[in-house]
Amino acid sequence: MQAFAALLDGLIYTRSRDHKVRLIADYLRIAPDPDRGWALAALAGTLSIATVKAAAIRAMAEERFDPMLFRMSRDYVGDTAETVALMWPDVSQDIVAPTVSEVIDVLNSTSRARAPAVLAELMDRLDANGRYALLKLATGGMRVGISARLAKIAFGQAFGLSVDDVEEVWHALRPPYAELFAWGEGKSERPDPADSAFFRPFMLAHPLEEGNVDLTAFAAEWKWDGIRIQIASTGGETRLFSRGGDEVTGAFPEIAAAFQGIGVVDGELLVRGDLQGGEAASFNALQQRLGRKNVTAAMQAEYPVFVRLYDILFDGTEDVRALSWTMRRNRLEMFVAKLDPARFDLSAIIEARDFDHLAEMRAAARAAAIEGVMLKRRDSTYLAGRKVGLWYKWKREPLVADCVMMYAQRGSGKRSSLYSDYTFGCWTPDGALLPVGKAYSGFSDAELKWLDRFVRNNTVARYGPVREVEKSLVLEVAFDAVHESKRHKSGIAMRFPRISRLRRDKPADEADTIANLRAMIG
Amino acid sequence: MWIDPSRPAERALVTHGHADHARSGHGAVWATPETLAIMALRYGTEMGTPVAYGDGFEAGGVKISFHPAGHVLGSAQILLEHAGERVVVTGDYKRRFDPTCAPFEAVACDVLITEATFGLPVFTHPPIEDEIAKLLAARAANADGCIVVGAYALGKAQRVIAELRRAGYHAPIYIHGAMQKMCDLYAAHDVPLGELILATGLAKAEMKGAIVVAPPSAMNDRWAQRLPDPITAMASGWMRVRQRARQRNVELPLVISDHADWTELTDTLLELRPAETWITHGRTDALGRWCELHQLKARALDLVGREDEDEG
Ligand SMILES: [Zn+2]
Ligand SMILES: [Zn+2]
Repeated sequence: MQAFAALLDGLIYTRSRDHKVRLIADYLRIAPDPDRGWALAALAGTLSIATVKAAAIRAMAEERFDPMLFRMSRDYVGDTAETVALMWPDVSQDIVAPTVSEVIDVLNSTSRARAPAVLAELMDRLDANGRYALLKLATGGMRVGISARLAKIAFGQAFGLSVDDVEEVWHALRPPYAELFAWGEGKSERPDPADSAFFRPFMLAHPLEEGNVDLTAFAAEWKWDGIRIQIASTGGETRLFSRGGDEVTGAFPEIAAAFQGIGVVDGELLVRGDLQGGEAASFNALQQRLGRKNVTAAMQAEYPVFVRLYDILFDGTEDVRALSWTMRRNRLEMFVAKLDPARFDLSAIIEARDFDHLAEMRAAARAAAIEGVMLKRRDSTYLAGRKVGLWYKWKREPLVADCVMMYAQRGSGKRSSLYSDYTFGCWTPDGALLPVGKAYSGFSDAELKWLDRFVRNNTVARYGPVREVEKSLVLEVAFDAVHESKRHKSGIAMRFPRISRLRRDKPADEADTIANLRAMIG
Repeated sequence: MWIDPSRPAERALVTHGHADHARSGHGAVWATPETLAIMALRYGTEMGTPVAYGDGFEAGGVKISFHPAGHVLGSAQILLEHAGERVVVTGDYKRRFDPTCAPFEAVACDVLITEATFGLPVFTHPPIEDEIAKLLAARAANADGCIVVGAYALGKAQRVIAELRRAGYHAPIYIHGAMQKMCDLYAAHDVPLGELILATGLAKAEMKGAIVVAPPSAMNDRWAQRLPDPITAMASGWMRVRQRARQRNVELPLVISDHADWTELTDTLLELRPAETWITHGRTDALGRWCELHQLKARALDLVGREDEDEG
């Protein structure tokens, strides 16, 4: 536990992304199994201990401390887990500190009712840093500025593996990732979970910045405004995954049930028809379902969802990612023909004479669900991540950018009790976020409530009335223009920014870069 | 007669040399010889009457004496005796070992006026040996860079240096120009600090593997940019709380304080059991609550003009 505690502290005090990766990699190389696997899960956000919730920690604190002293301390420190860790008395030195895996085993095998007492016993065996690590581990939410992606990059770096190779198998494996470490250390082959349905990393697009592309080399299709989704099925088991690889099968059971085929496909989840206020309403309905473990029949009936398919990764058990887009498209057309047309259709190719014609069609496209145009190189294989020169997205006006929430402040007037003013940022080349704007409109009351709760639950620091939040929430920001600004460290400022959408499905490290925004100056 | 007056007073008793306690411009000053020397260094021509630890004098029927507070060189508690009643003003104090100053003495009293800078139960200062070991380990792991330790120029800086020596670190220690005179003053008062080198105008290569001690205010300015790959450390009791350390961009927090932590504060109250406790300087509410829980009569005394120079 002490090594893990030291790692957490190191991550808290280290600002450079590369240095954070190095710290994690060093730990993963040296720590024993299965401790390091659990630690990796904790950092990647795949560890969950059902018996310990924040309430267990408060219950444990109330048992030990005067409530007034606890409240004063909590107000000062700003974080319940840290407050408890610091207030907890140091018990004798010669007790053996529990290991990470002992902590996990003990907590997983207790009941919710017993959890506070069990936790207290573990607390007695640790020093202040160890106690802090214990409470963070038990409740999840490390708040050390590490995304799942960064944890995988660190794992790759620890064992000299490419992160794409790690991504490829990651989602088929479960904590404490014994097979992953065995592979990393060269003790076994790469895990081959062919008999299970698991997530493969998506291929992503760069924004089309300027000029045009040759339509003999690139195919064009509409960019649909729903939720990008992957369906993986072994025949026996079908699972759905969102952009970050999170499983969302439970949120869209009708899709999983309707999928009759073996393979892995890539598409966009959409709501049929122009329902209940059109585009935004349907997108919001999808987003709301995304966060659920299961949904009612009424919800399924209210918004009939279907998947518009873009691509195919596995045809049957055959990995077709190394085929060209043209060949995969043929496979996909044959694959879709066998699926239920009520739930699955094919994203149509736009037949344009040339690029100018395509620009006209794009400008004329009125359907609310069309977000822009995708341009895909006809000879491109399906590659994980965002590779230069293969896929482009060409969005419609107004300008939008995906930004990451950094700070929040309370509003004024009737919103004075809610955190409703947000400062958001985009990425620099070296992986830091710089603020690019501030917005306090564009969301519904329900979204505002959700945002307020997000801010409160994800605060990492307070500066007077301003809260700094965990850099994990992507906000799609619409704006009229972007221009140079000496006043901002990022060098750019937005004109009339407003939150156009909450992108809870999108990992923060896939938000736009400052360079992307800069390209929109004009 | 005032104790640590924040505005110029005709007659002032000064507990120790930190700027929030020892102001300039008083008429007459009574303080320990060390404190007077520190005031003379800082304010130039300051004159005063030295009062050694244990010694006292009488003024207006009140007997006044000075006793070690263990906070910084020369720091004192002040005991006032009048008509059989004893009042102790702790000033800033701590009870941990400190090679740079005389150890705290518990003085029995009826009324204790105590500081409470770290008067919250979250503040437990770890053994200083552990913190020094952290510093030395970071230095060893960063041979091509250097470590800049933020430490207040009076007391903290000298204590960190003396503790490094006590831990067996005998290489030259680099100091910021603003600390030199105070370090010289400590050395002149029999607090050996070993070889100190002014970290100004030196080549980056020379500073590889160095430990540099600088005032916190210098850590983010141009001076620090001339150092090779500096790791920013900070020696302060506030470093106990992660958020405080992060706010100040500290990479290596060292929980080293010259103030009593929560345990020292409460243990001192239990040991002295004064009939009444007045709490100043810090978290008066929490220590007051603790007194209430332990059936000790206490009240908060809010003082103006108290922004800590030493900041823990
Ligand atoms: Zn002081
Ligand atoms: Zn003070």
